[in-house]
Amino acid sequence: MRNAWLLCQKELRSYFNSPVAYIVLTVFLLTTGFFFTSSLFLYDQATMRTLFSLVPVIFLFFVPAITMRLLAEEKRSGSIEVLVTLPTRDWEIIVGKFLAAWGLVIVAVLLTLFYVLSLSMIGDLDGGETFAGYLGLVLLGGAYAAIGTWSSSLTRNQIVAFIISMAIIAALYMVDDLLPILPMSLAPVLQFLSTSYHYENISRGVIDTRDLIYYASLIFLMLYLAHHALASRKWK
Amino acid sequence: MIQVENLTKQYGPLVAVRDVSFTVSTGEILGFLGPNGAGKTTTMKVLTCFMPPTAGRVTIDGMDVFEKSLEVRRRIGYLPEANPLYPEMNVQEYLTFIAGIRGVAKAKLGDRLDAVAAVCGLKEMMRREIGELSKGFRQRVGLAQAMIHEPDILILDEPTSGLDPNQIVEIRNLIRRLGEEKTVILSTHILPEVQATCDRVLIINRGRLVADGTPHELTTQFHGDEQIQLEVRGTTGDLLKSALATVPGIVWLEVADGKDVTARITAERGSDLREPISRCIVDQGWTILELHRERTSLEQVFRQLTSTEEGADA
Repeated sequence: MRNAWLLCQKELRSYFNSPVAYIVLTVFLLTTGFFFTSSLFLYDQATMRTLFSLVPVIFLFFVPAITMRLLAEEKRSGSIEVLVTLPTRDWEIIVGKFLAAWGLVIVAVLLTLFYVLSLSMIGDLDGGETFAGYLGLVLLGGAYAAIGTWSSSLTRNQIVAFIISMAIIAALYMVDDLLPILPMSLAPVLQFLSTSYHYENISRGVIDTRDLIYYASLIFLMLYLAHHALASRKWK
Repeated sequence: MIQVENLTKQYGPLVAVRDVSFTVSTGEILGFLGPNGAGKTTTMKVLTCFMPPTAGRVTIDGMDVFEKSLEVRRRIGYLPEANPLYPEMNVQEYLTFIAGIRGVAKAKLGDRLDAVAAVCGLKEMMRREIGELSKGFRQRVGLAQAMIHEPDILILDEPTSGLDPNQIVEIRNLIRRLGEEKTVILSTHILPEVQATCDRVLIINRGRLVADGTPHELTTQFHGDEQIQLEVRGTTGDLLKSALATVPGIVWLEVADGKDVTARITAERGSDLREPISRCIVDQGWTILELHRERTSLEQVFRQLTSTEEGADA
């Protein structure tokens, strides 16, 4: 676990040493800020709800942009060879990289707390609802970061990694929108698979263990698959 | 001690390494020689636990590289062929990161950084971003990375590539110094490098081991024809030719006229004609300016071994 932490620190340092982190954070704050404030005065309500319905859509582009280089770049440059011949286990590499990406997502989400701060000064904000909304965003961001980590482990091309993760994220987010055109018997299955269904549950302020378990298992599954892809070099 | 038994590595239908066996004892500097694509890098990738062999067994200090992978990797320092680094990190950050995963104790870290910076000539570069460094300095960073944890075994895939002649000499001296205590395996296709640094040479061609021995053993075992270079004053080419015709054992003779006459003599294998030739010339009253026997070089051995194999395969 110590190695995973060292790797996570290294990845975070790489994000902040290069322009990547600053660019994605700036773009993230500009887009959320724009959409959030432009509708805020129309509703005339002190609520973060618009932000909570907006960020999942922005995440669709934002998270893949963060995760695309994680493993694809290591494979392209060949530095993966140095990494896996160090005395560290493959899962430590995957977990370290995933944590770094999730960390950056969380930093982005936390930066929007400025909106919360300004809103709470001018109006009466529902603390419980806001907290639940943020919890939902952090979990959703974690699931997306895990999806991105897996996508990045599949290819040496960052663009391909970006597109794969965006496709998976979009599919999982919108799968319950297919309900009207599919047989009713499939409804609970699709609903259960959908990230948006669980996200909305949490945002509503109902923190159900089923939703938490859903996110935990999605993250676990994605990291397991990423580990599998990294270990594929060992196939005889 | 490194033991490789019947190592075979296949990538799909392509057999990169076929049934290769050798051992390397502690403190030995082993040179891995072969044309590009012969299987040097593949063998090193198996030794460093990057990927398992398709068949065969590799043990390091008695531990299988795949069953005891972590333990084996702790003892190895590895410089891969392309020397991949993280361009956005600075040298110190990078080496600190590697040292951290290598388990170098915090208290020792400063000493180790100073030590590798000194031996690799990186002192002024520690704060520079790796992406800004020249190829030679990057290569040194790669070497520093491989020995930051004082490994018992160093595996260096083309360690001198991209270096200028002065740096090559420095790195060779460094490898020789390291080889006094540690086991070093280095691959190269630069032949003088092997002669200059290695205790033992393996020549690999098309995935097969074709020779194994000290540079001296190989050059005597696989010697070619004797070549003698001669320069004589006070005669003409034709006169020299007819005079040398009396010396038995000469297979081929080439003379070139000039202010002084030069000749290139090919003699029978294993013969030493320097004495009869010099006597013959002195008897004629001419002066020998140069008489020099060219020893079979490793280069000739290499060419002989790697081209006949190709012929046999075709």
